Amino acid sequence: MGLTNQATGFRTLRENFLPARTGSYLVALAGNPNAGKSTVFNALTGLRQHTGNWPGKTVLQARGRFTHQGHTFNLVDLPGTYSLLANSAEEQVARDFICFGRPDVTVVVVDATCLERNLNLVLQVIETTTAVVVCLNLMDEARRKNIVIDVPLLAGELGVPVVPAAARKGEGLGRLKDVIAAVATGAMRPVPTPIIYDDDIEAAAARLVGQLQPHLKGRLNARWVALRLLEGDATLLQGIQQFLGVDLSEPGIKLQVKEVLA
Amino acid sequence: MSTITSLSNLRPGSSGEVVSLQAWGLTRRRLLDLGLVPGTRVVALRRSPSGDPTAFFIRGATIALRREEGRQVLVRTV
Amino acid sequence: MTGQKTDPVLVEARRLAGDPEDSYRDRIVAALYARAQTIAYRTVKVAPAPCQDFDWRLDAILTSRLWGYPIMLALLAVVFWLTLKGANYPSALLASLLFAFQDILTSLFHQLGAPAWLHGIVVLGMYRTLAWVVAVMLPPMAIFFPLFTLLEDLGYLPRIAFNLDNFFKKAGAHGKQALTMCMGFGCNAAGVVGCRIIDSPRERLLAILTNNFSPCNGRLPTLITLAAIFMGGLLTTAAGAVAATLTVAGIILLGIVLMFFTSWLLSRTLLKGVPSSFTLELPPYRPPQVLRVITRSVLDRTLYVLARAVLVAAPAGAFTWVLANVHLGAFSIIDHMAGWLQPLGKAVGLDGYILLAFILGLPANEIVIPILLMSYLSIGMLTEVDSLATLGEILVRHGWTWVTALNVMLFSLMHWPCGTTLLTIYKETKSLKWPLLAAVIPTALGLAACFLVKLLAGLLGAALGG
Ligand SMILES: Nc1nc2c(ncn2[C@@H]2O[C@H](COP(=O)(O)OP(=O)(O)OP(=O)(O)O)[C@@H](O)[C@H]2O)c(=O)[nH]1
Ligand SMILES: [Mg+2]
Repeated sequence: MGLTNQATGFRTLRENFLPARTGSYLVALAGNPNAGKSTVFNALTGLRQHTGNWPGKTVLQARGRFTHQGHTFNLVDLPGTYSLLANSAEEQVARDFICFGRPDVTVVVVDATCLERNLNLVLQVIETTTAVVVCLNLMDEARRKNIVIDVPLLAGELGVPVVPAAARKGEGLGRLKDVIAAVATGAMRPVPTPIIYDDDIEAAAARLVGQLQPHLKGRLNARWVALRLLEGDATLLQGIQQFLGVDLSEPGIKLQVKEVLA
Repeated sequence: MSTITSLSNLRPGSSGEVVSLQAWGLTRRRLLDLGLVPGTRVVALRRSPSGDPTAFFIRGATIALRREEGRQVLVRTV
Repeated sequence: MTGQKTDPVLVEARRLAGDPEDSYRDRIVAALYARAQTIAYRTVKVAPAPCQDFDWRLDAILTSRLWGYPIMLALLAVVFWLTLKGANYPSALLASLLFAFQDILTSLFHQLGAPAWLHGIVVLGMYRTLAWVVAVMLPPMAIFFPLFTLLEDLGYLPRIAFNLDNFFKKAGAHGKQALTMCMGFGCNAAGVVGCRIIDSPRERLLAILTNNFSPCNGRLPTLITLAAIFMGGLLTTAAGAVAATLTVAGIILLGIVLMFFTSWLLSRTLLKGVPSSFTLELPPYRPPQVLRVITRSVLDRTLYVLARAVLVAAPAGAFTWVLANVHLGAFSIIDHMAGWLQPLGKAVGLDGYILLAFILGLPANEIVIPILLMSYLSIGMLTEVDSLATLGEILVRHGWTWVTALNVMLFSLMHWPCGTTLLTIYKETKSLKWPLLAAVIPTALGLAACFLVKLLAGLLGAALGG
């Protein structure tokens, strides 16, 4: 079932990733382990994907659909991940889908009771794509723990819409659907606030972006790829080769990387 | 007075502030992703009944680390 | 599976950047967390009051030095006691209902003048197996799984991993293997896929190869039924119920011990290596939604067992009926096959029919007992197996003693995984070697254990007799 053993090449990928039916939107559910992604998935689709109070319950992607305001949305529940840097097989499923599955909207489900920790992933996701919605889940628990979150301010800081919810009680899901629909149709265009790194990194990234753009042809956010290359993420190179058919390790490209970093 | 020690030397109940990681490769990434970046405040909560691993409170979550991983995280006691 | 940092482009990039090891990565992550911290500082209005208190206090009990392990054992015993006690009555009720309907079916077939072979295949083969699977499987599963789900939703499973990790480390394995073993109780195939949560390929393989030591939902009812009949005296007394519970819990514990042993052995031989890094998040305890879990889980199990009964058990029943009723010479096909297996079976304190039932049960473990019954019953008259007592009588009539029962339980715990699991192992490892090994290891252990029990029981008998 893993993406890794599916055929390579971008076209096969699209067919594998996208449901056959056109005129529907693809929505990915990402988030830290145990943040309630599967619970949100179940609440939106009416399906009964397994949930459980431990990180790692979901290891395969699950699909479902729901309709809202006359549009059909294909929802994909992903395994939980702490970051977009894939360490394990199950995290790679999530990373590959977010980066190469080309979802129309990526919903990041966030545990409101430990926002800071969860924001790490949100910040990484908004570097890859702008069509992001943050679902601030577990609001009921946050209330019980006397945690009050200024939602509009959070949305302002991130530059993407934030919807508070308590998925287990069905709270906030109407709003969530509205916002997903708005972002999918383009009625709402989030403008994520970029993260500025130190000068070295920014300079190296900027030069690398110039080199990468001709190869990526806009299929991936070049700045994000540049940052990952600087970090030394080898699984991303594999992913790019597998899903986009571009081998960034080819001698020609390697030479250019040298120039950037020299 | 604060001293530099490793996470695995923190007594349950005491806390420290991450100074640096002595791990490389995959382990280092894991630890970083869990929020163990320099400056992070960590509380040692409790040890497993058999003495290892130990549960730590890190940035709002409880995370268990084995002694081998804990040793690779240098902290300043507070 | 995981990224190596040997890719020339990356090595080159870092070298030229004068980047010692991971400094870019560090600086990027630090910047991300710094930003996250700033945002959280601005937007989280009331700093989280130490409401973690409750979690910490509960952890102080559930993972305490003194109580951690006793509580785990006690929970194991309580779950199986409730399952055994609770399943007994509904099982009997279901059996009498379903077998009453068999009589109706039979007379219907007679009235319609259906040929005997059709009645045999449909009623005695398909329907009877289906009825058995439903009556014997459904009640224990409909009790065990809700209980298990309650513990899962509470957040107890990661605490099991936390308590046991040190043993896993000593066996060269990963603490999250405890989680995959827990999933294995539901279904070993699911458990094997669940092993993806383990990053290190070596430790993941250990977890995959040993998942079968968790008896899945197709095997648990076999253990429960046999324990109830042979160790529990049909559960008519409190002492009987306790004895049966302890037997089942003991078998589960033995599975856990063997899982550790096999992991230890493998990580010193075929899968040599040192333990990799271990990090495990312990989520907050959450009060489970008891009513919802129970209704959902009972419904889910019912649908699941019914679907399995129709899709797997019924066809297997028809197939076995044919094997048991097509004669080559004086004996049926099944008798011939069991005959070949008889020497091996007898040598390890089982018999040829039992081994054959396990072999024919390869597609799904829940059909082992129905197949066995059918092959026993085809020999003589057609008794209706509508209660535990009759089941016990049939088995005893075919030479079973408590030693046979114990050996069948042991062999049920330790034999090849079901077909689906083997296929899943192949898919997850992409090599024939591992499913093969996953079948050979438990089977060898199972045969050895049965042989040992037979030997010891023989010695014990001789000592008592003499
Ligand atoms: N109180 C409360 N509990 C919730 C809520 N959403 C989810 N949960 C619980 O949180 C736990 C985790 O939920 P899941 O949906 O399985 O989480 P997940 O993100 O899919 O987890 P992984 O698949 O392991 O990454 C379950 O026990 C849920 O019942 C919520 O809004 N409120
Ligand atoms: Mg999930």
